[in-house]
Amino acid sequence: MISGNVIIKAENVVKIYHNGVKALKGVSIDIHQGEVVVIIGPSGSGKSTFLRTLNHLETINEGKIIIDGIELTNSKTNINKVREEVGMVFQQFNLFPHLTAMENITLAPRVVKKMKKEEAEEIAQKLLDRVGLGDRGGSYPSQLSGGQQQRIAIARALAMKPKIMLFDEPTSALDPEMIGEVLDVMKNLAKEGMTMVVVTHEMGFAREVADRIVFMDDGSIIEMGAPEEIFKNPKNDRLKQFLGQIL
Amino acid sequence: MFKIDKDNLLWNLVFVLIVSSIVYFVYYSTKKVDYIWRWERIPEYIISKEKVDIRAPFAGVLTFEGKTIVLSSKEGKQTLKIDNYDETTISDKTDVYEGDVVAIQKKYKIGPLTEGLWNTLYISFVSILIAIVIGIITGLCRISKNPVLKKLAITYIEIIRGTPLLVQIFIFYFFIGTVFKLDRVTSGIAALAIFAGAYIAEIVRAGIQSIPKGQMEASRSLGMNYFQTMRYVILPQALKRTLPPMAGQFISLIKDSSLVSVISITDLTKAGREIVSSTFSPFEVWFVVALMYLILTSGLSFLVQLLERRLAASD
Repeated sequence: MISGNVIIKAENVVKIYHNGVKALKGVSIDIHQGEVVVIIGPSGSGKSTFLRTLNHLETINEGKIIIDGIELTNSKTNINKVREEVGMVFQQFNLFPHLTAMENITLAPRVVKKMKKEEAEEIAQKLLDRVGLGDRGGSYPSQLSGGQQQRIAIARALAMKPKIMLFDEPTSALDPEMIGEVLDVMKNLAKEGMTMVVVTHEMGFAREVADRIVFMDDGSIIEMGAPEEIFKNPKNDRLKQFLGQIL
Repeated sequence: MFKIDKDNLLWNLVFVLIVSSIVYFVYYSTKKVDYIWRWERIPEYIISKEKVDIRAPFAGVLTFEGKTIVLSSKEGKQTLKIDNYDETTISDKTDVYEGDVVAIQKKYKIGPLTEGLWNTLYISFVSILIAIVIGIITGLCRISKNPVLKKLAITYIEIIRGTPLLVQIFIFYFFIGTVFKLDRVTSGIAALAIFAGAYIAEIVRAGIQSIPKGQMEASRSLGMNYFQTMRYVILPQALKRTLPPMAGQFISLIKDSSLVSVISITDLTKAGREIVSSTFSPFEVWFVVALMYLILTSGLSFLVQLLERRLAASD
């Protein structure tokens, strides 16, 4: 399954917050092109922090992160260029409330890639169709349900044609009946071969879609492996305890 | 402005009663001081009809062709037709010399109050525009991580907010205006814009800080840089939220613009003062001046309300 080149390389990543809390204590992982990696772990384990270091929303204090051959920590790196390659979906959707769904999707292509309006809208319409909201382009975020907003957020990230998609607890802020529609979009994306790193509590999704599951606790990766291994045959005690609590 | 619903009829009556008793009190007190109201003198200061003489540019004979006056010189070399006049006292076939008055034309003339109103509007409008630019830039500097920008912004805001506008206007006119050879209107506009800019900066800062952090993160994660994010994501939302306090600031600025009259700019207030000194009718004049300010400020709040309603589309 894991066959492509290494597209994300994290080496001994350490993150210390201003208040001295060590959020990441040396995290290392290689993620391959087309791979779907799901990060699980208790809250406060540093999984979201780690995900956010991958597109430099969090700076790191030590270690190295290389995205598609470009070192993020190098001061010469144009971070905006790297971010174009790395889409991100947030727990709180973070759609731009003053713009319609269509404008949310077309903004970055038009501003960053200087794309013409018509071209950007054509791409956006295809993405809207793809997330099942082809007729909602003119709606403002406040007129959409949480699930619809999150699907627009995914479409917005995809509009920049990223090579990697990061998902930071994309279903945690949703009502239960809306989780399915978002997970379906993510499953399709995985099937199309997108490299995905997902922080989630949706174990069903992890089991079904993930190529690899990473268990983090207290700022470190404790165990990782194929879903089968992790769920059926966990080795670490903390992982066993964690799975016992949520399954 | 006031909606009347049936349930509150009694309270609305109380409102009317209180207002009319205040009006009566004002009327009664002016009676007591033997003030002679001369409202009829006010309109000419707003707009007046002025008589303009039309004079013959050369000597000749005047004849009438219907309503048109035809002036032809003795040798018949030159003729002139005049038909845009309002009245004439000269009869048909009269000899006139060069420079004689042949007819009178009535022209509307803008009175000093209207002129003052226009000046106030102009000064306020220009200084609001400049203040918005200063305010946004300073507001952005105020939240900047760069200590130079941040401290410059704080110093500017503190100095301006800590000193009276009247003193600032004097400093601008007598010191900065002299050094940079600014005329009084430019000094006045600059003082007002820099004064209001400091307040707008604080409004902008509060507006930007009220936007959730996730907006910046989402925008940056799409590859947009800091300025693109500010321009397309943060500021449009922040400015929409700050519209009500911003409107209050603009209204303050219109009212504060009355202070530039101290450096001899003929704004509405100075016009009022001049008219009072020539008519000795202070009551009427100041009431009219107040009403004119009220028209400006309520017109502005109406415009802001329209804008708010238009921007509310995404709520």
